[in-house]
Amino acid sequence: MNIAFNEIQETIRMVQMESLDIRTVTMGINLKDCVDPDFEKMDQRVYDKITSYAKNLTSVAANVEKEYGIPIINKRISITPIAELLGHATKDEAVRLAKTLDKAARVLGVDFIGGYSALVHKAINKGDQVLLDALPEALSQTERVCGSVSVATTRSGINMEAVKQMGQVIQKASQLTKDQNGIACAKLVVFCNPVEDNPFMAGAFHGSGEGEAVINVGVSGPGVVLNALKRYPDADLGGVSDVIKKTAFKITRAGELIGRVVADRLNLPFGIMDLSLAPTNAMNDSVAEILEEIGLERVGTHGTIAALALMNDAVKKGGAMASSYVGGLSGAFIPVSEDNGMIKGIEDKSLSLDKLEAMTCVCSVGLDMIAVSGDASPASLSGLIADEMAIGMINKKTTAVRVIPVPGKEEGDMVEFGGLLGRAPVMGLNPFSSEKLIARSGRIPAPLQSLIN
Amino acid sequence: MEQKRAVVSVVGKDQVGIIAKVTAILADNHMNVLDISQTILQDFFTMMMLVDVSRAENLDKLQSEFDQVSLELGLKINIQLEDIFQSMHRI
Repeated sequence: MNIAFNEIQETIRMVQMESLDIRTVTMGINLKDCVDPDFEKMDQRVYDKITSYAKNLTSVAANVEKEYGIPIINKRISITPIAELLGHATKDEAVRLAKTLDKAARVLGVDFIGGYSALVHKAINKGDQVLLDALPEALSQTERVCGSVSVATTRSGINMEAVKQMGQVIQKASQLTKDQNGIACAKLVVFCNPVEDNPFMAGAFHGSGEGEAVINVGVSGPGVVLNALKRYPDADLGGVSDVIKKTAFKITRAGELIGRVVADRLNLPFGIMDLSLAPTNAMNDSVAEILEEIGLERVGTHGTIAALALMNDAVKKGGAMASSYVGGLSGAFIPVSEDNGMIKGIEDKSLSLDKLEAMTCVCSVGLDMIAVSGDASPASLSGLIADEMAIGMINKKTTAVRVIPVPGKEEGDMVEFGGLLGRAPVMGLNPFSSEKLIARSGRIPAPLQSLIN
Repeated sequence: MEQKRAVVSVVGKDQVGIIAKVTAILADNHMNVLDISQTILQDFFTMMMLVDVSRAENLDKLQSEFDQVSLELGLKINIQLEDIFQSMHRI
């Protein structure tokens, strides 16, 4: 069937005026066969495997982008959680491995490499501990390496020992990059119920259920959804949901096609399509502005969670029909520093840290890109993480914390991270201590899966 | 040979010679125009062409030739493979 004039116009408008883009093409690579008791050999194997599998990633993506006329913003790599390779390694060796990954990413021209990670939701074993010890230095001495640590799941509970350590890791990583506003923390996520096929940074890693190598694609389009909604100012909420659903469908279809073409040309299987509304600092490319378009004067006011829940669900419904392999975190990201509307909400005092926490109950991820005052104690950071992990654990969803204590800054200051990471107003943490709770350590037991209400 | 089709879209201020220049580039690159539709929307010249690109080796080269005309006449010219429209709007 021939395509109609107005359909062609719609696609062109989405790309050129409403910032529709393929946010990321992420190649997942399994590194398990690189394990070797001799660190030098392992280091070399890791480098060789990544650079040989991904050698054409950026050039193929660039060609597809031109032929189809849809920009692909990021090319990324996710790898087997590095802690699984580190059995006998020392902390210094672990930091060296991070530098090797950084070098591979630079040589390949990929923006980020994710998977400097450990899954410690039940217990911390030897390799995990080495990774946790190495994290602050690894992230502060590299540019493109991202890390994540899973400290809780619905089935295993919350590993509070890991939560305790992560508070310290974050504070230390921030101190080590104090000249750059604690930027190392922007590359580190703490997870509850992480997914194995997430193509989005900083939380991407290549899980153990994944294949040898795979192409996952993340699409985003807050601008497209916002503009679609603007055309129906009088629709009721059922209508609003319908508009978002239809728009999400089209965005997902575009993403799946691009993903399959890239995978095909690289001779790799296509993994998943992650349809997440992920904002950028571009004009009108904001999740908060969608919520405001639905009917809030400013994001954070009463009704915000209802609007977010409606939007998140509609996005998933549209995406679910459009692609047979929807995965990752599909839904909405609500990072503060990357979303002009969220920044405005905090500046106008309509949006608080507490409301952001509540919003994570219905969004797809969690507390993301939040700047807090530099003197936040590790115990308070751990407390913040524990709260967020509990939300994810009880509600059987993924939640995450990416929080950046900014050295030398206090509540109310503005901090610039630059580039895609944007800028954020610094928020204050609760002044009262969580020290005793965090010091108790141990594991919060997994919740009952019946008697749900 | 199987047909591979692309959509060429041209948007900009109406003036003499737009169609001539764009189709000249297509002809130079041995591309057949399969369908063409053109309208004036609020003073803006808007044209969509469906072209057969199965003989074109490099869309990139074509786009750069279009870019020169874009600059010259103050237009926006894009070429995109047809599949993207098919997959977005057709189930």
